Amino acid sequence: MIRLEKRPQPSKAWSLATPLVAVLATMLAGGLLFAILGKDPVEAIRTIFWEPLFGEFAFYYRPQLLVKGAPLVLIAIGLSLGFKAGIWNIGAEGQYIMGALFGAGVGLAFYPLEAWYIFPLMVIAGGFGGWLWASIPAYLKVRFGTNEILVSLMLVYVAEQFLASMSLGLMKNPEGFGFPGSRNLQQYESAYNADLIAGTGMHWGVVAALIAVIFAYVLLNRHMTGYHIRLTGEAPRAAKFAGVNPSRLILFCLGTSGILAGLAGLFEVSGPSGQVSIDFNVGYGFTAIIVAFLGRLHPVGILLAGGLMALTYIGGDIAQANLQLPSSAIQVFQGMLLFFLLAFDLLTNFRLSFGKPEVA
Amino acid sequence: MTEVLLSLKGLTKAYPGVVANDSVSFDIGEGEVHALLGENGAGKSTLVKMIYGLVKPDSGEMTLRGKAFAPGEPRQARADGIAMVFQHFSLFDALNVAENIALGMENPPKLRDLAAKIREVSETYGLPLDPYRTVGDLSAGERQRVEIIRCLLQDPKLLIMDEPTSVLTPQEVDILFQTLEKLRAEGTSILYISHKLEEIRTLCDHATILRLGKNVGECVPAETSASEMAELMVGSALTPPERGDREFGAVALDISGLSVPSPSAFGTALRNVHLTVRRGEILGIGGVAGNGQDELLSVLSGETLTEADAVKLGKDPIGRLGPVARRALGVLAAPEERLGHAAAPDMSLTENAMLTGATREGLVKNGFLKWAAAKEFAERVIKEFDVRTPGPENAARSLSGGNLQKFVIGREVLQRPEVLVVNQPTWGVDASAAAAIRQSLLDLAAGGAAVICISQDLDELMEISDSFAALNEGRLSAPRPAAGLTVEEIGLMMGGAHGMEVAHV
Amino acid sequence: MDLSAINPVLLIASLMVAATPLLFAAIGELVVEKAGVLNLGVEGMMIIGAIAGFATAVETGSPLLGFVAAAGAGALLSVLFAILTQFAQANQVASGLSLTLFGLGLSALMGQSYVGVKPPQMEKLNIPVLSDLPVVGPILFGHDLMLYVAIALIAAVWAMIKFSRLGLVLRAVGENHDAAHALGYKVVRIRILAILFGGACAGLGGAYISLIRVPQWTEGMTAGIGWIALALVVFASWKPWRVLLGAYLFGGVTVVQLNLQAAGVAIPVEYLAMSPYLITILVLVILSADKSSAPAALGRNFHASR
Repeated sequence: MIRLEKRPQPSKAWSLATPLVAVLATMLAGGLLFAILGKDPVEAIRTIFWEPLFGEFAFYYRPQLLVKGAPLVLIAIGLSLGFKAGIWNIGAEGQYIMGALFGAGVGLAFYPLEAWYIFPLMVIAGGFGGWLWASIPAYLKVRFGTNEILVSLMLVYVAEQFLASMSLGLMKNPEGFGFPGSRNLQQYESAYNADLIAGTGMHWGVVAALIAVIFAYVLLNRHMTGYHIRLTGEAPRAAKFAGVNPSRLILFCLGTSGILAGLAGLFEVSGPSGQVSIDFNVGYGFTAIIVAFLGRLHPVGILLAGGLMALTYIGGDIAQANLQLPSSAIQVFQGMLLFFLLAFDLLTNFRLSFGKPEVA
Repeated sequence: MTEVLLSLKGLTKAYPGVVANDSVSFDIGEGEVHALLGENGAGKSTLVKMIYGLVKPDSGEMTLRGKAFAPGEPRQARADGIAMVFQHFSLFDALNVAENIALGMENPPKLRDLAAKIREVSETYGLPLDPYRTVGDLSAGERQRVEIIRCLLQDPKLLIMDEPTSVLTPQEVDILFQTLEKLRAEGTSILYISHKLEEIRTLCDHATILRLGKNVGECVPAETSASEMAELMVGSALTPPERGDREFGAVALDISGLSVPSPSAFGTALRNVHLTVRRGEILGIGGVAGNGQDELLSVLSGETLTEADAVKLGKDPIGRLGPVARRALGVLAAPEERLGHAAAPDMSLTENAMLTGATREGLVKNGFLKWAAAKEFAERVIKEFDVRTPGPENAARSLSGGNLQKFVIGREVLQRPEVLVVNQPTWGVDASAAAAIRQSLLDLAAGGAAVICISQDLDELMEISDSFAALNEGRLSAPRPAAGLTVEEIGLMMGGAHGMEVAHV
Repeated sequence: MDLSAINPVLLIASLMVAATPLLFAAIGELVVEKAGVLNLGVEGMMIIGAIAGFATAVETGSPLLGFVAAAGAGALLSVLFAILTQFAQANQVASGLSLTLFGLGLSALMGQSYVGVKPPQMEKLNIPVLSDLPVVGPILFGHDLMLYVAIALIAAVWAMIKFSRLGLVLRAVGENHDAAHALGYKVVRIRILAILFGGACAGLGGAYISLIRVPQWTEGMTAGIGWIALALVVFASWKPWRVLLGAYLFGGVTVVQLNLQAAGVAIPVEYLAMSPYLITILVLVILSADKSSAPAALGRNFHASR
C-alpha cells in the first residue's frame, strides 16, 4: 500500500526535478499516442525534439524557436505573477488579440507616413490594449467580487469577435481586392517589427521577453511587491495582516499580465504575422498557461519552458509535414505535459511511503 | 471498583518523527467519569481518535465489556456505543441543527421526528436548542449542545469529551457538570479530556495522566492535590511568572464607541466597544470563543479600518491607518491563528520575519528588500525566544506549535512595541513555552509598553493581567482591576449562563 | 431587415433546445461544487462528450448509444481530474484548466475523420394529439427525448439534495470536509463520485450540441458553453431550479441573437455573436455580490492528516 505523508517543508530537489520527470513521462505517453495513430513513436519524438535543433534544416528552425518562444515567455511571465498570488487570468488570449488590434490600429492609422516614432507608439498602444482588456476582470473583481476566471475567459470570445469585425471591416486592406485582413505591416517600414539581426528571429519581442524575465526575477526576489504577491498566494490572511492591499494587488497582477500579453500580440502582428486577420491568434494565450506552470511560475523556469514549448510547436509542424502527424496531436501532447506536471508535483509537498503502515 | 467497560492495553501509535502514544494502558469503569489529563501534545487527541475509530493503532488492543474492540471507522465505534464531543466542533455551519445531528447518526429518523426528539432530549438535560436554527448562527456554547445532543441520541455507553469547558463561561461549566452527573447516574461512562486540574478534581472519579505519549500515572483526583497532578503532567515543578512592580503611565491606546459590522456571514459584529490601556499595563480580555475576539484584534492591527477617532494612539486618531502605518507608530499585533494568519506556513522563518518586521526593523529600502537583515532579525528572534529549529531557512510549518508561537510573539516583542495586542498567546502551547511567553509579555509591560492580551484561558489572564474585561456577543464589559475578581464575577462579565438551565433531574 | 420572419413559437421551442447543453453541464457541475470541488474542466469534458457521442452515433447509427458513450467519455476524462485533485492534491484551478486544454486537443484528434459527416437523427417525441396542438404542441411536446431527460435530471438532483441522506452527506462534505471526515464519512470517495457524475453530465451536454443542436462535428464547437455553464452555477446560487431558469435565459439570448442575425438586423454579426458572453459577464457582476450560498469548502483540497 502506498501512503502520502506531508513533508514538513516543500522539497527543493523535487521542485526542480518534477518538470523534467513530467517531460519524460509525456514523451513516453506521447510516444504511445503516436503509436496508436500508427506512427513510429521514436521517429515522432525525435522529429519533435531533435529535428528543429540539430536536424538538416536546423538553420531554418532555430530562429523560429525565438519567434514562437518569445510570445509564450512574455505572456507566461505575466500570468505567473497572478498565478502566484492566486489571481487567475486565463484570458491572455483575448488580451493578446486586443494588444495586436490596438498596436496595429495605431500603425495603420499613420499609413503611409514614415517616421521613427510610429513603432514606439504602436508598442505603447499594444501594451495599453492588453492592459485595458485585463483591467476589465480586475476592476470587476475589485469592485463587485466577480470571478476573474470566468470574466477573463468570456472576454476571449468577445475579443475574437472583435478581431473578426476589425479584419472584415475597419482595418480591412482597401487595396486587398476584398479579401479579409489588414495591410501587411511587414511592407510598412515604420511599423515593421523586423529581425534586429537579419535571419536570427531576434525581433523586439524577444528582447522584451528577456527584459520581462529579468524584471519578474527582480520583482519576485528583491522587491516588496513581489514579496506581497508570493505572500498573498501562500496565505491571504497573513498577507492582509502584513499590510497588503488585495485590490491594488489584483489590479497590478492582472494589469501587468495584460500589458505583457498585449505586447506579445503587438510584436506578433507587426512582425512574424504581419497582418490583422480572422485567424491571427493561434492559442499562445492558452499555451502560455502550460508554460507558466511548467516553469514552476519561476521566471527562469518559464524561459526554459517557453523554449521547450516552442520546440513542440515547431517539431509538431515538421512532424505534420514529414510524418503526417495531425496538428491536434501536438495539442494533446502539450495538454498531457500539464497533466503529468500537476500529478508529479505531489512529490514536492508529499512523501510517498510504501509498505504496510497500519497494523490494526 | 466497578466493572470495566473499556480496557486499553499497550496502545501505540507513531507518526514520522514522533511517537504520539507509547504503549498506553488503562481501564474505564462502568458509570465512571474518567479523566485523561495531559499537556498539549501529550497524545490525548490521538488516543481518543483510536477509541473512536478515526486512527488505527500501530499495536496494542482494546476490549469493550470483555470483547475485542477494534473499530475500523467511527461508524463502527458509534454502533458499539462510543460517542464523542469534539474540541473543534465537527459541525456544518450552513446546515441546521437537526441536519447536523442526523449526520452523526447511523439511521436517523425523518427530520420532523428527529426534531421532536431533539426538543425532548434537550429539555430533559437542560440544553435548550431549536432544531431548525442554522448552526453557523449559534454561540460556542450552543454549538457544544448540538454535539452533546447528537451523542445522547445514540444512547452511548461511553461519552468522550475533548476539552469541553474551553468554550464555556464558568456558569455554563457548572450546568454542563450537572448534565454529566446525571449521565453518570444513569450509568453512562465518560472519558473526560482536559488539562484543567480543578475541573477534574470536582468531576472525575479517576484520572490517567499522559506525558509525551506515555501513561505516567493514575490517581483519584479528589484525593490528590492539584500541584501533585500538575507535576505529573508537566514532569517538573513550574515557577510562576514574576510580575514585578509596575507604574502605569499615560493612556497609550484608547478605543471609544467602536462599532464594526460582522465581516462574514457567521462572524461577530463589534458593538459600542470602549477601552483604554495605559503604558505599563496589561489588559486581559476574556470571553468564550467567537464573541468578537478575532474582530477586535483585526480592528487593532489595522486589518479592519474604522472611523479615524474610534481608535486612538495617545491622542492621535489611527482608525483609518492600515497595518504598515500602525507598525510604524509602534502598534503591533499577534493574531490567534499561527499558520496562515500570523505566519505563512510554507515560507521560511526569514521570510516570515519580513512579514511584520519590514518597517520597524528597516528591512526594506525604496521597496527593495534586505534579506540579509531579515535573516539576522529572524536569528535574533530564534535566539532570544529559544525557538527550537535548525535555522531561519526552515519553513514555518515545520515548527511545533509552541516553537512557532514563540517565534510569532518574539517577532513582535523584539520590535519594541508601544502597544502590543495578542490573541490566545499560548493556545495549544506546552507549559514551559507558555510560561516563557507570559513572562515576555510581563517584561514588555515592565519596560513601559501597553499590552492587550485576548485569551480564553482565564487562569492565564488572572496570572498576568492588571485589569480585566470580557467580550460577550461583540460587546466588551467595563474593565475592572484584575486583583480580587471572583470566578462568579468573571463569569457574569462573560455573559453568565447564556440561558442554559439546570438539568431536570 | 425583417423581424416578422421570427416566429415566437419556434423561438421558444429552439430556445429550449439551445438551453439543454447548458442544463446538462451546469447541473453536473452543481453537484460537483456542492461536494466542495471546483472543476473548471467542463468545457473539455463537454467537447470530449461531443465527439465521443458523435462518433458512436455515426458508427452505430443510434443517437441514444451516442449519448451513453458521451456520458462515459465525459466521466472518463473527469477521472483524470479526480486523480489529480483527490489523490495528487493538485491545485483545482490548474487541474481544471489542464482538463480543458487536453480535452480540446484530444477531441480535435478524435474528430478528424468526422468533419462534414451527418449524424443519425434523434427522433422527436410524437405524442398523438398533444404534439399537434397549436403553440403548446411544439413548445412542450415536440422535442427529442434528451431534452426531457435534462429537465428530469434537474428535478432529480433537486430532490436528491433536498430530501435524501445522500444529498445531506454531499452538502456536509462540501461545507466542511474535516468535520465530515471526523464523523467517518469518506470525503474523497464522495467527491470522486460527484466528479464522475459531473463529467458524465458534461459529456451528455456536449453530445447534445453535436448530435441535436447543430448537428455535425466541428473542432472547438462547444465555443465556451462549458464556461457559461460554470457561470450559470454561480448565477443559480447552487440551486437546481435556478439552473433551469438561467439556462433558458442564456438559451433565449443565444436564439434571439441568431434570429436577429438571420433577419439581417443592422448590427454587425460579430457584435451579435458577442452578446451571450457579454451578458454572462453582466449577470456574473450582478450576482457576485452574494456568495453566501457557496459551499464553504469549495476549491479546497482535503488531505486526512492525523
